[in-house]
Amino acid sequence: MVPALVKLESVSKSYSRDSLIIPVLDNIILKVPKGEFLALMGPSGSGKTTLLNLIAGIDRPSAGDVIVGDIKINDLSESALAQWRSRYIGFVFQFYNLMPVLTAFENVELPLLLTKLSKKERHQHVESALSVVGLEDRMKHYPRQLSGGQEQRVAIARALVTDPTLILADEPTGDLDKISAEEVMVLLSRLNSEFEKTIIMVTHDPRAAEKAHTRKYLDKGELV
Amino acid sequence: MWVVKLILRNITRHKLRTMLTILGLAAAVVAFGVIRTLIDSYYAGADVLPPDRLVTRNAVSIIFYVPLAYKEKIEKVPGVESVSYGNWFGGLYKNDPKNFFPNYTVGPGFIDLYREYIFEPEQREQFLKEKNSAIAGQRLANRFGWKVGDPIRLTGQIYPGEWDFVLRAIYKGREPGVDENSLMFRWDYFDDRLRQTTPEMAKNGVGWYVVKIADPQQAPVISTEIDALFKNSAAETLTETEKSFTLGFLAQMDAIIVGMRIISYLIIGVILLVLVNTMAMSARERISEYALLKTLGFGPSHLIGLILGESMAVAVFGGLLGILLMFPVIGAASQFLQNFFSGFEVNALTILLAMTFVLIVGITASLFPIYKAVRLPIIQGLRNVG
Repeated sequence: MVPALVKLESVSKSYSRDSLIIPVLDNIILKVPKGEFLALMGPSGSGKTTLLNLIAGIDRPSAGDVIVGDIKINDLSESALAQWRSRYIGFVFQFYNLMPVLTAFENVELPLLLTKLSKKERHQHVESALSVVGLEDRMKHYPRQLSGGQEQRVAIARALVTDPTLILADEPTGDLDKISAEEVMVLLSRLNSEFEKTIIMVTHDPRAAEKAHTRKYLDKGELV
Repeated sequence: MWVVKLILRNITRHKLRTMLTILGLAAAVVAFGVIRTLIDSYYAGADVLPPDRLVTRNAVSIIFYVPLAYKEKIEKVPGVESVSYGNWFGGLYKNDPKNFFPNYTVGPGFIDLYREYIFEPEQREQFLKEKNSAIAGQRLANRFGWKVGDPIRLTGQIYPGEWDFVLRAIYKGREPGVDENSLMFRWDYFDDRLRQTTPEMAKNGVGWYVVKIADPQQAPVISTEIDALFKNSAAETLTETEKSFTLGFLAQMDAIIVGMRIISYLIIGVILLVLVNTMAMSARERISEYALLKTLGFGPSHLIGLILGESMAVAVFGGLLGILLMFPVIGAASQFLQNFFSGFEVNALTILLAMTFVLIVGITASLFPIYKAVRLPIIQGLRNVG
């Protein structure tokens, strides 16, 4: 049996708005094995992104534990969490979130600046990551000079470049046309199958979800 | 290194906005520099006065005479080396108020007390030989195109009539700030003419005495001794260092100077608001980028470096441009103001103050954006996608 890389143990999350407590996730129990490609689906407001944020350590649960690998990440301090994210997590966002003043190469290099790699090693890593996503000829292009699909591929290269344990993708095809979305999903599938990356993807798109090994549905903060 | 690269890229992201901000900062620095230079120049004349010269005047007011007979008594006070005197004349050149400049009559030995005036020796001798000769400062001579030997006519405003002189010497200041805008002529010429034309105005009195003392440390003691000599007389005296005497005159403009100082600091406030606005706009636009950096594992120190660096870079560019522009602007202004101020030029303290204020403004303008960026919850920042 493949060990679980991500474990959510009775995780609940609620937000306070003025004097109101708004529950978003309720008693979530989830195990994601290493090497899994999981699609989290559900209607808007069901708590998919919140769940992804908790796994990413950019939000904290109101109750329960989030364990990634052997680390209970909800016990980590902010600075420890930041270090942990830089080492173990790769992010892919719906709107790519590239730095507009940096080239594709520099955007991909960004997470490596927090490592102890030499400049030469960083360059090798970046070139490898960009060649995996098929953009080695666009290294010097700025985001505004790329199509949406290319921007998302740069973002995937950035997520990949540190060789993270876990890639978290939040609606990675949500802002793309059909063809670009297909390319991105093929790429994510390759990362999972060829590079053995564990991927958790939030999506509305059934076609995108088809590429995942497992699909789970959230509704009103509960896994169904 | 990447932080520097990112700062420079961020600065050029909105070129027009950055350029306008830098120009705004530069303009404010120039205005600050001009006002500071104006204030410094106003006091420059007093700053260069030596501490070993005292001025004795009528205790009631400078407009009242001090008897000429006091000279011998003052000379006998221990510590006094030499004494001369002067009297305000107040004549107008070509009888035009626009041609105003300080002019006064001076007693024997007066110019020898002013070591900060540099004369050609032969010109000095000529002044001492000719009774109707006059001396003018270099700036004043330049203003009216006078050369040694030129006749000069002043129309008396206090002492009636047309007064004719021959310019026999032109002096230069030994250092910037020394007054070069005055005209002096001989007491004997003045006194003789008064006795001939308006004897009722010849009062055997002078406007003030200039007293050279051996030891500047003794100035308070000697001043007290001089004034004690004439206590309970019809013309009691007030003696003080020439610097205090001059500052007393300048103090008449204190309210205006204070106003100018306040304006110079308000300008710093304006710089601050300009930069705060720019930095706040930039930070607001980059919320999602700050959130991304935090998501990727960059800590508060990186965000502080980015925002502070950008703010400082804009401030420093603006400050340096302002300082560079300050020189030609003040140079041009000095062409118009040299008749009123000696040493109207930028000094090191003004540059230092301007740069210090610019750096403070750079730091201050970054504080709020830094606070916002560091406190920003990642999920909130990531939602903010433009």
